[in-house]
Amino acid sequence: MSSPTSTPVGSKRSRDDIPVTPSSDGLASPPSQRRRGQDSSNGDLPAMPTSPATDIASPAVHDTSLFSSPRRSVLPSEVDMSSPLMYGTPSSRVEGTPRSGVRGTPVRQRPDLGSARKAPQVDLHTDADGAVASEQAAGQKLVIWGTDVNVGTCKEKFQRFLQRFIDPTSNEDENAGLDLNEPLYMQKLEEISVIGEPVLNVNCSHVQSFDADLYRQLISYPQEVIPTFDMAVNELFFERFPDSILEHQIQVRPYNALKTRNMRSLNPEDIDQMITISGMVIRTSQLIPEMQEAFFQCQVCAFSTRVEVDRGRIAEPAVCRNCNTTHSLALIHNRSAFSDKQMIKVQESPDDMPAGQTPHTTIVYAHNDLVDKVQPGDRINITGELKKKRRGAYFIDSTADCIYRAVPMRENPRQSTVKSVYKTHIDVIHFRKTDEKRLHGLDEDSDQKLFTEERVQTLKELAAKPDVYERLSSALAPSIYEQEDIKKGILLQLFGGTRKDFSQTGRGNFRAEVNILLCGDPGTSKSQLLQYVFNLVPRGQYTSGKGSSAVGLTAYVMKDPETKQLVLQTGALVLSDNGICCIDEFDKMSDSTRSVLHEVMEQQTLSIAKAGIICQLNARTSVLAAANPVESQWNPKKTTIENIQLPHTLLSRFDLIFLMLDPQDEAYDRRLAHHLVALYYQSEEQIEEEFLDMAVLKDYIAYARTYINPRLNEEASQALIEAYVDMRKIGSGRGMVSAYPRQLESLIRLAEAHAKVRFSDKVETVDVEEAKRLHREALKQSATDPRTGFVDISILTTGMSATARKRKEEVAQALKKMIQSRGKTPAMKYQQLFDDLRGQSEAAITKDMFEEALRALADEDYLTVTGKTVRLL
Amino acid sequence: MPSSHDWINKPLGVVEAMFAQSNSNPEWEAKVLEYFKGQLREKESHSWVPSLNDVPLHYLKPNSLVKFRCLVQDMFDPEFYMGVYETVDPSTKANVLRCGKYKDVTECGVDLNSRNTVTAERQTFYCVPIPGESPWAKESYGCSSQARVVPSTSYVPSRQKRSYEEDDDDMDTQPQKQREPHTEPHGNGDSKRQETEAPSSQTTAPSDCSSHLDLNFPLPGERGPACLVKVYEGLDSFKLNDTLEIYGILSVNPVLTVLGEEKDPSLLLLNPTESMETPEEQRAHDPPASLVPRLHMLYARPLQHNNPLLPSAPTEDQSAFVSSFLVEMASVRAELLAYLTHVLLGDGLAAEYLLLHLISNVYTRRDVLPLGKFTLNLSGCPLNSYTERLYQIVQQLVPCSYRLSMSLHTMNSMRLVPKKDYVANRLVSGALQLARNTSLFLDETQLEQGQLDSSGVRNITALGNLISWQKVDYDFSYHQMEFPCNINVLVTSEGRSLLPSDCQVPLQPQVTPPNMEEYLTTIHMAQFTSQINKFRVYLSLARTLDYSISDEVTKAVEDDFVDMRKDDPQSVTAEDLHRMLVVARLLSLSLGQTTLSRDGWMRAKHIDMLRRSRTEQQKSLNGNEP
Repeated sequence: MSSPTSTPVGSKRSRDDIPVTPSSDGLASPPSQRRRGQDSSNGDLPAMPTSPATDIASPAVHDTSLFSSPRRSVLPSEVDMSSPLMYGTPSSRVEGTPRSGVRGTPVRQRPDLGSARKAPQVDLHTDADGAVASEQAAGQKLVIWGTDVNVGTCKEKFQRFLQRFIDPTSNEDENAGLDLNEPLYMQKLEEISVIGEPVLNVNCSHVQSFDADLYRQLISYPQEVIPTFDMAVNELFFERFPDSILEHQIQVRPYNALKTRNMRSLNPEDIDQMITISGMVIRTSQLIPEMQEAFFQCQVCAFSTRVEVDRGRIAEPAVCRNCNTTHSLALIHNRSAFSDKQMIKVQESPDDMPAGQTPHTTIVYAHNDLVDKVQPGDRINITGELKKKRRGAYFIDSTADCIYRAVPMRENPRQSTVKSVYKTHIDVIHFRKTDEKRLHGLDEDSDQKLFTEERVQTLKELAAKPDVYERLSSALAPSIYEQEDIKKGILLQLFGGTRKDFSQTGRGNFRAEVNILLCGDPGTSKSQLLQYVFNLVPRGQYTSGKGSSAVGLTAYVMKDPETKQLVLQTGALVLSDNGICCIDEFDKMSDSTRSVLHEVMEQQTLSIAKAGIICQLNARTSVLAAANPVESQWNPKKTTIENIQLPHTLLSRFDLIFLMLDPQDEAYDRRLAHHLVALYYQSEEQIEEEFLDMAVLKDYIAYARTYINPRLNEEASQALIEAYVDMRKIGSGRGMVSAYPRQLESLIRLAEAHAKVRFSDKVETVDVEEAKRLHREALKQSATDPRTGFVDISILTTGMSATARKRKEEVAQALKKMIQSRGKTPAMKYQQLFDDLRGQSEAAITKDMFEEALRALADEDYLTVTGKTVRLL
Repeated sequence: MPSSHDWINKPLGVVEAMFAQSNSNPEWEAKVLEYFKGQLREKESHSWVPSLNDVPLHYLKPNSLVKFRCLVQDMFDPEFYMGVYETVDPSTKANVLRCGKYKDVTECGVDLNSRNTVTAERQTFYCVPIPGESPWAKESYGCSSQARVVPSTSYVPSRQKRSYEEDDDDMDTQPQKQREPHTEPHGNGDSKRQETEAPSSQTTAPSDCSSHLDLNFPLPGERGPACLVKVYEGLDSFKLNDTLEIYGILSVNPVLTVLGEEKDPSLLLLNPTESMETPEEQRAHDPPASLVPRLHMLYARPLQHNNPLLPSAPTEDQSAFVSSFLVEMASVRAELLAYLTHVLLGDGLAAEYLLLHLISNVYTRRDVLPLGKFTLNLSGCPLNSYTERLYQIVQQLVPCSYRLSMSLHTMNSMRLVPKKDYVANRLVSGALQLARNTSLFLDETQLEQGQLDSSGVRNITALGNLISWQKVDYDFSYHQMEFPCNINVLVTSEGRSLLPSDCQVPLQPQVTPPNMEEYLTTIHMAQFTSQINKFRVYLSLARTLDYSISDEVTKAVEDDFVDMRKDDPQSVTAEDLHRMLVVARLLSLSLGQTTLSRDGWMRAKHIDMLRRSRTEQQKSLNGNEP
């Protein structure tokens, strides 16, 4: 390839006249123009690959000469163009294509593509000198300098792509409502013509599957290829919809470049290439107006001229072309054209960082309408171009707009040494918020974790094993001994049920998340389980009931010190949306904090009304809580509620409540001892093995959560119905209710989760069986009435076992009878009544029971208690 | 032998010579590293290299090879630089290829548009001296250095002398004093509080710049040079909070210091690319080179321990040293135990536990569970500066330590957990950002009744997490990030500590000296330095020993556990077994035994029994202990 110095074919390449097919006048640019480029102030740079931007033929001339079409009336006139309000660029008026539609629409400059808006083209097969002569003949081989991109071919290819690309398997939400069997992008163009938003988002993977070579060019030379795409789209669009009126010409925004990069793996080879990285926005700057075109006016003759900014530099005209006075031109800020720009700092998302290192940050520039699209805290995918800039303490010419300083500084001898560091940034072409849909509606792809074919294969093999459920549950927290059922419960929680949306029928969402409460003696490694789960899931939060307030769990409103803007800061529950919120010391939580959980645990939303912000956030989080008994040891003589003193309204929202007790038998002790000793002295390799397990487990869960959505089949539904009826039957014989619809829902969720464990799309009877078993186990532990030894669900749902309730009623009736038997005594002594009742009753009556009975009678409006006297009504 | 020292005095010459020979064959980079590694492998050669830790910066020649013993406090973003570039001689117009590696600035006349420019990547680490390094360790490192440093001409000796005088009391040999870190006043009653020094020794730094320069040391009152280390190879092998000995080329080019100049906002507007960085960020990332020198890393050695008395590298040297010391182990242990017993007012059991605590070490992690940690809660400590004295004695024994006086004020105001400052784009350090095996001495006797505010609660939670899980959750504002650590926490308290601990030992003083200060001072004075040095070596060495347990003993332990549970299931829980296994391990190691014997297990059981009976006694005495 010819060296830059010997490339006189400096074609001016602004996005309008790029279409430089060989016949374009751009190639044979008049010598005068070239010369002008070279005698400008930076002409001493010997090896500028492009001629500087000096197409400063007065725009007025272009306007009059080109705008002769009838569409002119809908355009901003040239008067508008020079007004300070006009953010467009004059290049729009140097329209090269003959079609009226394209021409009628102003081009908007693309600062996102930045520097190389003008690139010379080079003929591969002829010497640079002979290029002009042979260009007609060798037209097809003409490429943009430094690349292998031929504008004509590239454009054709892209148009073909737009016209023909069909993706019948597409399930992207963006394509909702489009006919998948028609060319996708043509439909999108149609959409543009209707909606009038001149932006065409192109999925790079589509391009790749359609034309790998085009894709490669797009990735490698985005600065050159994207403008070509733009032209192609516009030609196509206005051919189709000649009457459309757009604000400016359509801009192509490619996204999802498959070369998706972790921020950490960016390296010098990626400079000037198109990349897609993901990260979290941590800071956004204020809007920065960036000069796109400078307006100069001669102080002597008032002759005005415009200079486009090229690579952040403005070549200040030294001589007025009108009156030939030197150095008479002054910049008029108000008449120069600016575009919006915003600096955004993006930090690596915590999920894809190696342990023990700090997250990297990258500077990103958003331009024009991408400004203010994202807020700090957003997780986004950015498609953009990595750029570097020299970081010059003395070097001004690398920075934008410093026209006044650039010239003298270059003569400054001190600049001869420069810092050898570049600054890098990314110019955004496309933003994609990954958590956008988190706030409203469904999201299948929020955890779009990419699995390699191989990995999927391993996972599927694992899923095919008959004992996968046991395998996975034993891989869960191996350092914790036994407690198989609890681990299984947690495993099912990790997978979760299938999300069902009935909001169309007005019934809202059904909870898919499984909530689990662990209670038991202190020191039974509850916290350890919680810690493990928290470390396992990508979006887990760990809080302790003691240390968290309602505010810390939900969300609070904060005033940004800089902007004075009110910002909603989300707390643990919202942050763990789609994850698991682990709450330790659940019993130590204050009542107000716990009350927040009511909404979260059933409705899966969080309502906030604070400081003028009223909103409902999604908090589709599973809660894994651990509670200690009130009396430091678990009292087996009391019910669960009595032991942990939590309101039953909250308890009934847990699908599974497990007791973690210290079982006391010899065989268990021996196994436990063996387990612990092994834990301490296991060899390195065994530890190694386990780590592998954890990674597999992580992927397995992620895969199942993303791709498996099991549904109940007929048999399973029947089995569930039977199970529920059975559960109801158990209690009915003794006048107790042993199951409520909530329990049925729990069963369904657990069965679905179990089907997910098997990677099965159908919930089958086996799943229901296991769900039943687990549910029964948990109930057996937590809802056994210590007085009768029967499982009694009402302990959890009403806070009182049925026998206790029956007894209460009996006492009240006995009391009533006793009072009635006394005849008409309007008032009685409290103490005396109590003593009488005690004397009369066979069973021991405590003062509490007596008071409860009184209260029950008072509720019946039978009597009132005032101080020490009881009055009949 | 001046020629042999060229690689120390002019390392860049070596690099450039190799680059010139290479003809842009990329292998030259590996060759350079190999060369320096080879030089440093030679006997004693590393002691010829002057150390930034004990030689003042203005003594060191720019662009010479220096070493720096440090902790990686923060990792900045990777940067791209000109790895190879071309210069044009203005007179001859000849193009010369040059190497930009290991340099901050380029030569004159760079051809910015040359196609031969190679962009390469490097990363900057912000490194600080190892926090809480004991004075004896610093001194000992300083003494072992054989580097002959010639003062540069601009240096005025009288100033040096004064600096030494000032440093006398706390035995710090760092005349290069930095402004005290910008942390708010924290009344931790530390005797090491530093007087704010007039910037007399900072002739090179513009004073306005240094005045708001916060060197971001994890611990308040620290001093010493912070350093921006440019790392070229093996980026992934380094982690935050690693302790390293870095050999690299010192760069203090004043060009790097063009920063102090006023930034006027209108200029920022005019120049949007410059506004990429806030002034705070510039200050954090480009501090004046005279205050924060740059070091271009050629070789880094991870420090397994920070004890200057032990051979550092795992060579034959070390194994010989270890085996020779193992013989002495038991006797040194006895002496140390006697010494600690004296210090703990004649309480032998507490001394035993303190000794075990001092050699404890998180040797591995099983999923979330750190194994080997042994947090000791020494309750029943006499008040009135006893704990302070105790800390001083611990400090004399271990290479790194820090005493955190848990007064209400400190807990409420001090920053314990490092926090990301997004404005300055750096990790603002906190007191819990410590190197591995640092002894953290929590003095709960200083805690009085009162209100903890939200930051106080956070701090207490952080301490609790540190003790239970050996991790610190760094605050990244939008999320937290967990950094595992390995810190020996010793809690001294009056009653049982409010923080969790692995093991609580109530102190039972056998003697009540009328004057505590005097008593402890005399004990301390009675030890010879050689004796103390033996203790130091002993503690560091015992920690590094390997340990295993045979199947036979495993079986015995299991049987034992089952037996114990048989009598009274409540008496021994899984947690007790956990603890006893750790005690058994530490007990064996403290005797220099690398496997657990039956005797070892019985001893561990025995002392644990003694300890438990003591705590129960305490409980029944107090009656109200939960």
